[in-house]
Amino acid sequence: MQAIKKVTSPTVAILKDNIDTGQLVPRTALKATDDNVNYADRLFYGARYLASGAPNPDFPLNDPAHQAAQILVTGENFGCGSSWEHAAWALRDYGFKVVIAKSFNSIFYMNALNNGLLPLTLPVAQWEQLAALPADVQVTVDLAAKTVQLGQQQWPFEIETLWQERLLKGIDDITFTEGYQADIERFEAQK
Amino acid sequence: MGKTLFDKLWDRHVVAGKDGEPQLIYVDLQLIHEVTSPQAFDGLRQNKRSVRHPELTFATLDHNVPTEDIFNIQDAISRKQIETLEANCKDFGIRLADLGTKEQGIVHVIGPELGLTQPGMVIVCGDSHTATHGAFGSIGFGIGTSEVEHVLATQTIWQTKPKNMGVHVHGKLPNGVYAKDIILGLIGREGVAFGTGYAVEYYGDTIDSLSMEERMSICNMTIEGGAKYGCIKPDQTTFDYIQGRKYAPADFANAQADWETLYTDSTADYDVIIDVDASQLAPMVSWGTNPGMTGPVDEPFPEIDGDANVQQAYNYIGLQPGQTADQIPITYAFFGSCTNGRLSDLKIAAKILKGKTVDPRVTVLVVPGSRQVKQAAEALGLDQIFKDAGCDWREPGCSACLAMNPDKIPAGEHCASTTNRNFEGRQGAGARTHLASPAMVAYAALNGHFIDIRKVVD
Ligand code: SF4
Repeated sequence: MQAIKKVTSPTVAILKDNIDTGQLVPRTALKATDDNVNYADRLFYGARYLASGAPNPDFPLNDPAHQAAQILVTGENFGCGSSWEHAAWALRDYGFKVVIAKSFNSIFYMNALNNGLLPLTLPVAQWEQLAALPADVQVTVDLAAKTVQLGQQQWPFEIETLWQERLLKGIDDITFTEGYQADIERFEAQK
Repeated sequence: MGKTLFDKLWDRHVVAGKDGEPQLIYVDLQLIHEVTSPQAFDGLRQNKRSVRHPELTFATLDHNVPTEDIFNIQDAISRKQIETLEANCKDFGIRLADLGTKEQGIVHVIGPELGLTQPGMVIVCGDSHTATHGAFGSIGFGIGTSEVEHVLATQTIWQTKPKNMGVHVHGKLPNGVYAKDIILGLIGREGVAFGTGYAVEYYGDTIDSLSMEERMSICNMTIEGGAKYGCIKPDQTTFDYIQGRKYAPADFANAQADWETLYTDSTADYDVIIDVDASQLAPMVSWGTNPGMTGPVDEPFPEIDGDANVQQAYNYIGLQPGQTADQIPITYAFFGSCTNGRLSDLKIAAKILKGKTVDPRVTVLVVPGSRQVKQAAEALGLDQIFKDAGCDWREPGCSACLAMNPDKIPAGEHCASTTNRNFEGRQGAGARTHLASPAMVAYAALNGHFIDIRKVVD
């Protein structure tokens, strides 16, 4: 897993509530059987492409001005629906490092963390500023300081210390848990 | 102060970590299916890791399997995914309910059916509807593929303890109103995210009176209200259901004595309580593109009120504010899924369809949740009732619940469905799903539109 420390990038806003994992990746993406698939082209497949297969010019990700965005701004209950981690893989493969949503589905939240994708929420007034940003404005997300910076404004966000540390170091969860081997063995012995 | 059911279950499983921080939780049972597991096994191999407890792991094939001829998998990619799970189970020594075997079926149907699901357990699966298993007084929740791999390797999982929500359901369900309507009504009223960050416990005299299959339908859809976990305290109904099943505990009396301690103490407090008066519920139908867009069958669909999400839902579903469910032109009906693909659901539908024929405009698919459900239904002659009524009787699997196999609803068609999700494209690209109880779907199949079944069922 890639570590994530500080991200400075323009944002792209997809302002819809309840974007479920089925909107993030198509059924065909779910049929992969190995770890080495790149899902970037499948992200938001339904809204991103026209029936002809050509990019939908009205979809924010296809706006040339927003191509460099590593920060996605989106609505309520992002990542709801099925537990498909393919959704997080597609966001990661596309190049997103941070998702700022009004709220997250809890299964998706964990899937994001496990793939070096930082999910965070902000109070409405701040979220609204980000949602309205033009493409040439940079935002800085500093995971170590737990802040989002827009121009002169700096806003704190919350994340569990454990998740923060894992993301900062880029350690995968199994390696991390191997440090708890003795606890697991003790628990199993008492079962 | 006392503890809630969920807190008791949680506290029994903490391996490491402090209160108020993410904790390492022990997993008693991991269920696996072919779609969300291949990369997990791949990861184990790449890192030369083994499965810590293959005996606490159980796999089935459900999402991809064809329902016409279960052994004839036309789609090469689906076939590869199925073969990959077969190979992974063999390599890592995991029990598999293989294609065509008596144990195979939808993961959340077979767990309880085989007696694998028991009170007091922590059960995970790479599938959001794992909350189903909470109906037995356990913690069941859906996880991602990285977490599947983590559980395979360590038999544990990191979780932040959720807050407690009590949903108090009381009163007698009116005629024509079912367990499905309790959960659809709750989500229709409270929205698709009211449970985010909570573990939901359903309790009250209505819940006490429900069968295990009805309780499962409710816990199953907890995730549609945003909560990962839904649970119900185990009682005699629970114990009677488990006893005698294949993987039920050998020392049942001892197990039951322990399970009897699993309830919310009278001195415990929930963080939030929601009240549901079951006697006031109506049959529910979803009109939009998420399960929160649901209302009583006789209530007009809501106004748009400038809400872009609602506008988009109407655009997709092809309906108008102010219309009612009897104006939805149903051309497909689907009976099945981990919400309502169990024997009691098929019995309700068959009772309604017996001796009748479905509307000629409606294509009806009946897909039992498991092979055991299928065989039990056939032993009762339900298959013949469905076939005589003009329905297609199929092999078990997820089928048109998510349209990963050939069973899909065509674009633009309205499907009355006993499933749990009405998302855009859920049952096929452009398909329009309307969630309802099996009885509502049966009458929709007969009429080509929904009706208020309170007037017709006894
Ligand atoms: S029946 Fe539907 S909801 Fe249930 S596990 Fe299968 S695809 Fe998921």
